Amino acid sequence: MTQQRTSPSSTKSTDNLLIQVQGLKMYFPVNAGLIIQKKIADIKAVDGVSFDIMKGETMGLVGESGCGKTTTGRCILMLYRPTAGEIKYEGVDITKLKNSELRPLRRKMQIIFQDPYGSLNPRMNAGAIIGEPIVIHKLIKSKAEYRERVESLLSEVGLNPYMSDRYPHEFSGGQRQRIGVARALAVEPQFIVCDEPVSALDVSIQAQVINLLEELQDRRKLTYLFIAHDLSVVRHISDRVCVMYLGKAVELTDRNTLYENPLHPYTKALLSAVPIPDPEVESKRERIILTGDVPSPLNPPPGCNFHTRCPIAIDICKSVIPEWREKDPGHWVACHRV
Amino acid sequence: MPPLLEVKDLKTYFYTQSGVVKAVDGVSFSLEDGEILGLVGESGSGKSVSALSIMRLVSDPPGKIISGEVKFMGEDLLKLNKDEMRSIRGHKISMIFQEPMTSLNPVLTIGKQLTEAIELHLKVDKQAARDRAAKLLESVGISDSNRRLDDFPHQFSGGMRQRVMIAMGMSCNPKLIIADEPTTALDVTIQAQVLEVLKSMVANTNTAVIVITHNLGVVARYADRVNVMYAGKIIETAKATELYANPRHPYTIGLLKSVPRLDEPKKDKLVPIEGQPPDLTNLPAGCSFRSRCPYAFEKCAVETPPLLQVGDNHFSACWADVRKAVPAKK
Ligand SMILES: Nc1ncnc2c1ncn2[C@@H]1O[C@H](COP(=O)(O)OP(=O)(O)OP(=O)(O)O)[C@@H](O)[C@H]1O
Ligand SMILES: Nc1ncnc2c1ncn2[C@@H]1O[C@H](COP(=O)(O)OP(=O)(O)OP(=O)(O)O)[C@@H](O)[C@H]1O
Ligand SMILES: [Mg+2]
Ligand SMILES: [Mg+2]
Repeated sequence: MTQQRTSPSSTKSTDNLLIQVQGLKMYFPVNAGLIIQKKIADIKAVDGVSFDIMKGETMGLVGESGCGKTTTGRCILMLYRPTAGEIKYEGVDITKLKNSELRPLRRKMQIIFQDPYGSLNPRMNAGAIIGEPIVIHKLIKSKAEYRERVESLLSEVGLNPYMSDRYPHEFSGGQRQRIGVARALAVEPQFIVCDEPVSALDVSIQAQVINLLEELQDRRKLTYLFIAHDLSVVRHISDRVCVMYLGKAVELTDRNTLYENPLHPYTKALLSAVPIPDPEVESKRERIILTGDVPSPLNPPPGCNFHTRCPIAIDICKSVIPEWREKDPGHWVACHRV
Repeated sequence: MPPLLEVKDLKTYFYTQSGVVKAVDGVSFSLEDGEILGLVGESGSGKSVSALSIMRLVSDPPGKIISGEVKFMGEDLLKLNKDEMRSIRGHKISMIFQEPMTSLNPVLTIGKQLTEAIELHLKVDKQAARDRAAKLLESVGISDSNRRLDDFPHQFSGGMRQRVMIAMGMSCNPKLIIADEPTTALDVTIQAQVLEVLKSMVANTNTAVIVITHNLGVVARYADRVNVMYAGKIIETAKATELYANPRHPYTIGLLKSVPRLDEPKKDKLVPIEGQPPDLTNLPAGCSFRSRCPYAFEKCAVETPPLLQVGDNHFSACWADVRKAVPAKK
């Protein structure tokens, strides 16, 4: 594929781009053999994904379990070395950097995890969890400054400074997620990958955390990659949304266009499968029920990898991979039928 | 005719080191043949324990059903002995759990697991049971069903296993199915597939269903009636259309307002329910929602509100009239 870009209009300058992902591939080897391990296959977790993220925007990333969302996020943070493709951060291809050159960049890019239980060290108190990255990155000069920073971070995420001596098990799920947010903010990042940050939380608590993430974005001019499988939450929080299926991006556009005028048959099915909390609306809605199961990324189907479940697939879909193209300005799609 | 299921003042407590957990604290409701009842509420509000109490599956100790009645087809299940209860379970009432991998036996074929209950409860021979099992698999959308009966659970995907659980739940023509978060672990497209199967099967057989979920969309789509639980109590109950159009309990209102909707462009801000879920070992006097409630006033701290009728078949446990009262700003 040529150097096409996915900014809303291809003619726009690249000044306001924070991240440019081009042809990203991440394959995990599958090994077999007891003594001598031999690679027998690849899991194509991410298989040629391209998109840009602009400064200050929230890019939503949706798709079914195992389609490669987390892997994409971790590649952008260079927590994995991608198999192929380039990832530019403020114009610099970070896949080419050595670990020592990456270190100063790591501070600018942080991640918030899905599981507010598993992702915090149970033996550290909240203050130490939040303060650890400040110490690692040597961002403070004195003990007093350290305390001050930790306390102001706690109150910024809506927790009480006196809670800094408490341990993770003494917090509720929503509070633990706030600690995770405070830890990510501690090093003053520009960019945060939010990997399912509210999925594990109770419905009544989700809105608190979503509002917090939005407030922080406004205040600190943050850029988010927001990964989620709840499409209603993604519609609410994202400026643009990218839909993935089995390691590939299938559609990308601004949120209202995606929800009001989806082009890809997978996007259509995905949206129609989400029940809306309103019996009147639900009783009138048409649904597209997909049949079959999601194929394995170990052995994806040839051609368009959605053709095995696609209601409108034709012959060409079974053999030719559809091109990722800009159908309308800013509206990207990979499908032979649109 | 009496209703299919009538639960009266059910109380199930857990006696733990940190105190008595009043998991279910005076729950009453009834259910007709073929009715689909949605049970929603915060994590820890007592939904699963309510279901387990009906099935008499609460682990004792630490749990104990301390009072109440569970009348099923006119008979109080809480008075049955173990053998009588076992013959009800899996036959007249079946339960579908969230985690299909933990409820399916990994070392037995799908066919073996399906036919065992059919032979036992429907008293038919091996071949007839196998024929019925194959038909059931087909009806939940698993093709080539006769061959797939010889597969083991790990050879099925998550969505397929959940559909097997539905087939199993339906296998002995139950009168009632209790489905506890039947699709929470599944992707939306698979979730839709599984729920549509369940819905059409129960419609054909006039089976009643209690579906426990935290997904307000699922309830809106599938339930005839909804019970909303908070801290061990039902705090609002109504027909689904009525509950969504005209919610009366501040918790229900908060819940509906706090979720973004797929069919609506972005609103400025979500309106969350403030505060934290209550500690069930140490509930305050009066209404347990009052510390998070924008409508709370003096009386709420003193007296626990019972379910009060607020409309046709619509009850809400709240002293305030949300249509007239002005919510406090935080
Ligand atoms: N470290 C790894 N080693 C081997 N395979 C992996 C690894 N990480 C992910 N995979 C595989 O890559 C595929 C994509 O996984 P990924 O976690 O990115 O999916 P996801 O879209 O985030 O899914 P979910 O919604 O379940 O979080 C999956 O098939 C997964 O099993
Ligand atoms: N075996 C047990 N021992 C002690 N407490 C228990 C036990 N089982 C449940 N509880 C408590 O009973 C209360 C109700 O739990 P229940 O499982 O019914 O909640 P739920 O509404 O189903 O929540 P969720 O949405 O998280 O499944 C909780 O506070 C829980 O901690
Ligand atoms: Mg993931
Ligand atoms: Mg439960």
